[in-house]
Amino acid sequence: MPDFTVSDSTIPDPTVLSRNTKLSDQYRPVFSIFYALLVRDFHVYFRHRGAWLNPLTFIFMVILLFTLGIGPNATTLTANAAGIIWVVALLGIMLSLDALFRADYDDGSLEQLLLSPEPLYLPVMAKVLAHWVVTGLPIVVASPLFSLMLGISGKAIPALALGLLLGSGVLSFLGAIAASLTVSLRSGGLLIALLILPMYVPVIIFGSQFVQSAIEGWPLTATLSMLVALLIGSAVLAPLAIIGGLRMSIDG
Amino acid sequence: MANWQWFHRLGSPKWLHGTINRWLPWVLVSALVLLSIGVVWGLAFTPPDYKQGNSFRIIYIHVPTAVVALAGYYAMAIAGAVSIIWRMKVADMALRAIAPVGAAITLLGLFTGAVWGKPTWGAYWVWEDARLTSMLVLFFLYLGIMALHDAFQNRQGGSRAAAIIALVGTVNIPIIYKSVDWWSSLHQSASIKFTEESTIAAEMMYPLMVTIPGVYLLFAAAVMLQMRVQIAHSERHSRWLEKYAINRA
Amino acid sequence: MPTSSETAAGPSIHSISSTEPLLSSQPLLVVDSLLCERGDRLLFAGLKFDLVAGDGIRVEGENGAGKTTLLRVIAGLTQQYEGLITWRGLGTRRNRGELHAEMLYLGHLAGVKAVLTPLENLRWWAVVHTPHLKEQSKVQFTHLLLQALDKVGLSRFAHAACHTLSAGQQRRVGLARLYLSRHPLWILDEPFTAIDRNGIEQLEALISDHLAQGGLAIITSHQAMNIEGFDRCILADYKTDYANTLEQTDNSAFEIEAQY
Repeated sequence: MPDFTVSDSTIPDPTVLSRNTKLSDQYRPVFSIFYALLVRDFHVYFRHRGAWLNPLTFIFMVILLFTLGIGPNATTLTANAAGIIWVVALLGIMLSLDALFRADYDDGSLEQLLLSPEPLYLPVMAKVLAHWVVTGLPIVVASPLFSLMLGISGKAIPALALGLLLGSGVLSFLGAIAASLTVSLRSGGLLIALLILPMYVPVIIFGSQFVQSAIEGWPLTATLSMLVALLIGSAVLAPLAIIGGLRMSIDG
Repeated sequence: MANWQWFHRLGSPKWLHGTINRWLPWVLVSALVLLSIGVVWGLAFTPPDYKQGNSFRIIYIHVPTAVVALAGYYAMAIAGAVSIIWRMKVADMALRAIAPVGAAITLLGLFTGAVWGKPTWGAYWVWEDARLTSMLVLFFLYLGIMALHDAFQNRQGGSRAAAIIALVGTVNIPIIYKSVDWWSSLHQSASIKFTEESTIAAEMMYPLMVTIPGVYLLFAAAVMLQMRVQIAHSERHSRWLEKYAINRA
Repeated sequence: MPTSSETAAGPSIHSISSTEPLLSSQPLLVVDSLLCERGDRLLFAGLKFDLVAGDGIRVEGENGAGKTTLLRVIAGLTQQYEGLITWRGLGTRRNRGELHAEMLYLGHLAGVKAVLTPLENLRWWAVVHTPHLKEQSKVQFTHLLLQALDKVGLSRFAHAACHTLSAGQQRRVGLARLYLSRHPLWILDEPFTAIDRNGIEQLEALISDHLAQGGLAIITSHQAMNIEGFDRCILADYKTDYANTLEQTDNSAFEIEAQY
């Protein structure tokens, strides 16, 4: 047994601060940290066009390839459009996720962030949110174009955009978990896919069903509420796993 | 702290190693006994199904594997939670031990499901069957955890990563299962109805009561074997293991 | 906490502040029975030291001896150790926030983003780590950041992207944080790397100033340091018999943890 009595006696009774008293007296900058990280990441992404342009280009190209593979028949394409668009959007977001924490890990700023005395919940939110704005949001904005390419009719176009708006958020939050776990590994990309694709099953089911229902004119509320529930659930819970993943990655 | 003593003991690889050695033969033998009883009973002494004939008999293996596959994932997630909260080495080892065994059981479940599918629905793989589809997803979840273990040079990091993803999976699995269920009911063709199941006669169910615990015990035995390997690897420098190895030799 | 009078007079960012006075006789940081291994290799075992206000310690050892690991362990970046570390009497495993609020860590990696300017880099770091500065007005905050950049000789480059700067200049962006810091504990991993002679002298003066004001510093450095009053911690002294240590720490670590 190592002797720990020495260190026990060195605890100075009058100066021992009960947990949280010291920190809570101070100005707690959680929201300024959230805001500062959001601004910082936007600066980083906007100085690097590829951040938002590459996933979008990828998506257009894969839609092109799908069309070439399936054939030009408009009915077949439209029948499969919802599934194609969702799978492609999912792949686009997933592939961009490897970069979410990679640069921060490599240059040491992730380390500095994890040494913050404040809870990491909001900072992690800020990182995922900033990443979603440059990857998920462009997909939502460009979704009417996908609809045109695959022959989705007028009414279903806003439904597709709404579904992608909610669903891409879920994809970002869940995917960020895998990204946080693999950021210390050199070959993170494929491993992210292995880890997270099974978790994406509900999103792809409800997301494409939402579009399908809109195309067929079926009621939308059930699938819509499921997408909303998934988004809320993943936004609330995923940051906890992401924090754990980042701490583990830094620990290596 | 007295009533936590067992928990502390559980944290000791040496104690666990001894316990596994003592229990393993019993678990293994009772697993084999239960499985043989169940299989013989199921194959020879239950009446054939009026619609499926004899092909239904594969449920005596298929159903237990499906049950244990899912339970195994939850066992793994519990080990993950223990490892995250209490940082117990032994929990990490359990996580590592369960993943490949669980994957193997899931694969067995998929295989028997496909074999059952051929005479019943005329195809080895029918997507409309939500349970098989969910099981395939479960199989991928297991593979992901194994891949994560392999990817890390640093064992502690790998264990921690796997524990986190196992916990995330635990939250996700009910959602995945429900969504696949819903999806398949939506796309079901009129000719095959999977929703009205369990019209099996009670006497056909009895052998299941034996094979399900049998597969559970088999799973436990396989995990214990794996556990022993994990303990040997992590304690390879300790004196007690050296003594044990010398005694064995 | 800066008092209101302090704020009005213009903040003196360089004085160490905390809610508690730094009692000179009480050890603030206690490291006891520390054991670290990497893979199968024991880095050190039974390592112990404690630091009172004004103490500095220099960690010495050859490449791969575990200097960086020790610093990361104390900083709370890695949990892969056995033993006990307390800050102000609180175990740092369970009370990470209390340590991090009063600690500045500068690692091998500067934590400087290449696409951002030095000013932008310093700004987000200051928001995260020196919240007392955020109580200033925005203009004053920026002014303080520029002042710190000026101290490390980067005022002309404040608005240039960091990837256009030299390696030494990028290191200096990280070092500028020391001029903003009020953290009592500084943990600096090779702070003199890629810094020119002038910069080294300035940094040495800054560190001895920090100690003179009751700060603490833990430093690794290959260069000879010209700072007085630094203790040495030689890692090679803590390579004891491996098997003995293993048996000692087998079960006890778990129980000891529960107390902190």
